[in-house]
Formats: sequence, C-alpha cells, structure tokens
Amino acid sequence: MQPVQLLAEDGTLTEHETYSPYLQGLDDDALRGLYRHMAVERRFDAEATSLQRQGQLALWAPATGQEAAQIGTIAALNPTDRVFPTYREHAMALYRGISPEELMTLFRATAHSGWDPNAYNFHLYAIVLASQTLHAAGWAMGIQQDLRLNALPRDRAADEIVLACLGDGASSQGDIHESMVFAASYQLPMLYLIQNNHWAISVPARTQSRVPLADRAAGYGFEGIRADGNDVLASYAVAAAAAESIRAGKGPKLIESVTYRIGAHTTADDPSKYRAAEELQEWSSKDPITRYRTWLTAADKADQAFFDEVKEEAEDLAADLRRTVPAMQSIDIERVFDTVYAEPHRQVETERAWLKDYEAGFAEEEGRK
Amino acid sequence: MTAESSEAAVRTLPLARAINAALRDELSADEKTLLIGEDIGALGGVFRVTDGLQTDFGEHRVIDSPLAESGILGTSIGMAMRGYRPVAEIQFDGFVFPAYNQITTQLAKIHNRTDGAIRVPVTIRIPYGGHIGSIEHHSESPEALFAHTAGLRIITPSSAQDAYWMTRQAIVCDDPVIVFEPKRRYWLKGEVDTANPAPDAFTAQVLREGTDATIAAYGPLVPVALAAAEAASVQGRSVEVVDVRSISPLDDETIARSAAKTRRLVVAHEAPTFGGFGAEIAARVTERAYHRLAAPVLRVGGFHMPYPPSGQEHRYLPDIDRMLEAVERAFAYQNGVVR
Repeated sequence: MQPVQLLAEDGTLTEHETYSPYLQGLDDDALRGLYRHMAVERRFDAEATSLQRQGQLALWAPATGQEAAQIGTIAALNPTDRVFPTYREHAMALYRGISPEELMTLFRATAHSGWDPNAYNFHLYAIVLASQTLHAAGWAMGIQQDLRLNALPRDRAADEIVLACLGDGASSQGDIHESMVFAASYQLPMLYLIQNNHWAISVPARTQSRVPLADRAAGYGFEGIRADGNDVLASYAVAAAAAESIRAGKGPKLIESVTYRIGAHTTADDPSKYRAAEELQEWSSKDPITRYRTWLTAADKADQAFFDEVKEEAEDLAADLRRTVPAMQSIDIERVFDTVYAEPHRQVETERAWLKDYEAGFAEEEGRK
Repeated sequence: MTAESSEAAVRTLPLARAINAALRDELSADEKTLLIGEDIGALGGVFRVTDGLQTDFGEHRVIDSPLAESGILGTSIGMAMRGYRPVAEIQFDGFVFPAYNQITTQLAKIHNRTDGAIRVPVTIRIPYGGHIGSIEHHSESPEALFAHTAGLRIITPSSAQDAYWMTRQAIVCDDPVIVFEPKRRYWLKGEVDTANPAPDAFTAQVLREGTDATIAAYGPLVPVALAAAEAASVQGRSVEVVDVRSISPLDDETIARSAAKTRRLVVAHEAPTFGGFGAEIAARVTERAYHRLAAPVLRVGGFHMPYPPSGQEHRYLPDIDRMLEAVERAFAYQNGVVR
C-alpha cells in the first residue's frame, strides 16, 4: 500500500481524486498556520533537547521530523475532539494550546502532568505504551452513552470523535489489540493514528510487523490508510476524510502515518549505535517543513516577511524557555498526599502527619542551634 | 424503586443476591452507572450475580464485553474519565492479571497524575478465594498484590448485609474500589436491611465480643473465625472476632484496640502468609499495641505454594482447627514469654 502523498519531496503538489478536495477546507491563513505550528514546534524541540543536555530536563523525547504527521492530523479535527496522546505529541499539544512550560513538567519531573486534560481535550502523555488506546476506546464508549442519554453539550453536537495516538513500537502491545477489538465491536467513533517513525528506541519497525501497520485494521473490520507523514497536506486530508466518515457514524478508522524520527528516541539513547547514517540522510531529504515551505513560496501563499515572523516567534519561545524552565519547581509533596485518593484515606493521612512531625523536628533542631 | 428493592426493607438473601440487589439499586439511582464484563448480560454472570439486570436495564447499561480483561478495565477507565461509574466484573480472580497493568499503572494513578483534575470511580468486582472445587486459576487470593498499590481501595464483605452496602458504597465512592467477593460465600444467606446503611465500607467491625484473644479475618474466613470462636468458648476461651472488611484503607485502629483488650491476636486469611496482608496487620498492631500484647501476633493462612488442586484445598485453607491451634499457640505465652 503506497502512502497517500499530495506534496512531493521537492515541494510540488499533485492532484488526488479522493483527498485533494479536502484541502478546500484550508484557506491561506490556515495553510500558513500549518507552517507556523510545525516551525515553532521544531524550534521548541531543539530548545528542549539542549535544555536536557544542560541538565534542566530529566529527559526529552524529540519529535523532530514528525511535525507534519502531528500538525496535519490535529488541524483536521475539532477542538472538542478528545486526543489520547503517547509521549511524543508535542506539536499536537502546543497546537491545542498547552503551554511549553506545562508540557515540560513531565520531562523536568516537576509534576506527572502539567495540564488539566479537560481544559484542552488533550489527555496526559502515556508512558506505558498503548495503555491510553483503551482509555480512548472507553471515552468513545462514553460518547455513545452520552448520545443515548442526550447528554452531549450542544456545542459538541453529535459528532465528537476520539483520536488515539501510538507509535510503531506500541503497535506490538496487547492493549492496542484489545482497543481495536472494542472499537470495531461497538463501532466506536475513533481515529487511530500510528506514527510509524521506523524505530522503537533501537528496534526497527520490521520487528513489530511484517505487513504495513495500516493493513492490520482490516483484520478488525475497519479501514486502514497509509499516509505520507512528512506531507502535512496529505496528513491533513487523510485525517479530514477519516474524521468525516467517523462523524457520519461509520465506525473507526486507522491511519498509519509513515514518517521518521530524526533525533534520538529520547535524550537517553544514541541513534548512531543502531541506525545507518545513509538512512538518516535519506529521510532528512524528505523533511516535512522544507518541503512545505517550498510549496508555500511557489504557490505564493507566504512571503519572506511571514517566514521571518515565524522565525522570530520561534526564537522568542525558545528564549522564554531558557528563562522559565530552570526556574520551574517541583510540586510540593503535600499535593501528592492530597491527590493519591479523591476521598480521605486513613493510611495517607497518618503518613502525611508523620512526615510533618518528622520534618518539624528538624526545624526545631535548627532553631536550637 | 424496582420490584426487588420495593419489597420489605429487611430481606433474607444469599450474598450473591445481595450484590445483585445492590447493583440493581445503583443502576436505578444513577443513569451513569454501568456494568461491564464477560457474560454478565444474558447469562447473568457465571455466578449469576448480574442475573436479570440486562433484561431490566438494557444492553447499553449492562454491557457484555469482548473477552478481554485489559480491555474491560481500560475502557472502564475511559468511561469513568468522562463521568460514568463503570462497575467492571472480572470473572475469576486468576483472570485479573491481564488487567493488572491497567489497574496498577493507570487506574490507581490517574487522579494523582492529573493533580486531582480527573476522578476515575471504577468499581472492580472480583470473585476470589478457594473452596469451590474448581480447576486451577479459579481460586486465587491476590489481595496483597493490589493492597500494595496506592490509589486503590480494597474491600471484602463477609455477609449478605455487608455485600449489599459495601457494593453500593464502592460504586458511589469517587476512588477506584476493588471489591473482592468471597465466592465460596455467594450462597451464604443473611438478613439484608436495604433501608439502613451498614457501617462505612472502609472500617473494620467487631462481630463477636471476647476477652482472651482476638481473631481478625476477612471475606471467606469470617464465618470460619466465628465458628472457631464458638468452639473455643466450649473450652472456656473467650475469643473476640474482628471482620477486617477494608484492606485499603486498613482500619488498624479497631483491630489494635481489640488486640490490646484481649492481649492476643491471630490474623487469618486464605492467601499465603509469606508476604501476605496478614503481615501488614501484624506489624501495625505490634507498633500500636506492643506493650499490651501477651503474645506475638500469629498468622494463619495458605502455604507458600500455588493454590493446590482443589482436592487438597482442605489441607491448604485455614479451617476452624487451624485457627484454634493458633489461638492455643498464643495462649502458650504469658506476658510475651512462653510459659
């Protein structure tokens, strides 16, 4: 199955009978917006990587190279559609309005999550692979329950859908299988996005699957589509078409977004130990941002002033991060005691009181000195 | 009110029927309460605990799920995030482990990970324990494995009255609650007062007063402990019985108070004693009441082996004699020293 591509690697746009019409949904502002989101995320990503190298983050999972897959897909959804990300959906998170600082909390280990999922319809990052794809299915079952109870808010009408993200590595987990079984059995309004970035840390995608990951959907009874994940227009159009079908009540869809992780899996590994330099070079030539900028310029959708403006915005964001991240403090352990349970729990309260007394003892000791 | 619960407020029901009544009453009380599990619909569950509920509430409220434990738990979490109160049934204790990851790394932690923004009031019903004569993986006592995970509440009723109220209290609790149902007691009949809430589900209760020793037990062993106390009384020993009821939180205060009064404590459960939950009770009671104890806290439980074939379970599971033997061992001590 050849991935759907609209924008070739040299930046030329080709017509696609099924998918090109979906680009009509993007006016020039929106087209420029796709670029802006991709470019800003890439700068953000580079800054986060260097902050980790400086010891300001405990870990970072770079998304460089996957900007088009993420921005194309999220731009095709409604803000009220619920996203269940894995841990590399930085472009999507920023697109949804989560602040760079909120996004950093997990990686600086100052909190397990820096945002309220309900405020952005964007769930927490999932570290335990594919676990979130079942939560997504449950959320979609909740949508069906809401429809039955006529309980959907009016602004969400009857067309809310769920986006479940995972990578090629997570496609081997048991939970994604169970999630797809539930999605197919109950015809859930779900879109699965597998960003196949070719490497699960050091293990290549061929170890996860002998067939294109998109082909797996057929085994569950729904459609899988392959899209060029380095083509933001194809990523948008394929997601828009899938979302339209799901909103029409036709059940789940799967998109395998064929892309490439340019950087390390996380700052803890060294891709030069497991990837050939030629492979990296080949994929670098397919860069999603360069390709799109070439087309935007040729199609007269954006001029140099726009690109300068985006660059300035990205640099400002990076400068802000250099200033704010080192100042970010961990939430107090009192907050952790507060939120282990929603209702009071005897052992938590006992241990909280013990810690307070214990630490007060040191304070008294200090006072006597 | 439904047909079943509109009858007299006090009824005599088997424990399984009491849970059925509790589920029925919560389904009636809140349209966002849902049941999900394998075979819980038309069949009514392999133990018939959900019998008739799908007929009365519909297949969207009583959901026959695909045969997938992680899926049952994972989707329950997603529904709970959206404001529903799923009650997930795990068919047998030994089948909970495919869902163990979802329960321990996800369900238990989401409220904490979201800094309290999201509550996941999922109730998990797990029939547990031995003595039903079935094959392997149908008799397990995994309560200690879950008790060690912060974020979960774990309760286990021992009577029909408790089964009714503790199930209802679990469903309305805003935290995840695992209800370990003592499957060998499903047919144990008792009075259920549906009008007067039983004591809080997360407390221990003194079921029988005594002065010389205490047996603390929970779930399936509570009737055994009561029978052991009765037998001991014939020999002139006055044994108090505490039903632990709640494993997390643990009402260690009530247990320690009883142990301090009687000065001897025997803790009994079906799970292996090694690394078992009885060790937690023993340690806590020792910390609280060391100077009041005449004897070390003694434990009665299963051996450090998998549940044996059910033909040998009578030698594995604590019975009246094993409890009495432990009580006698406790009486061998006087003020902490063997007499």
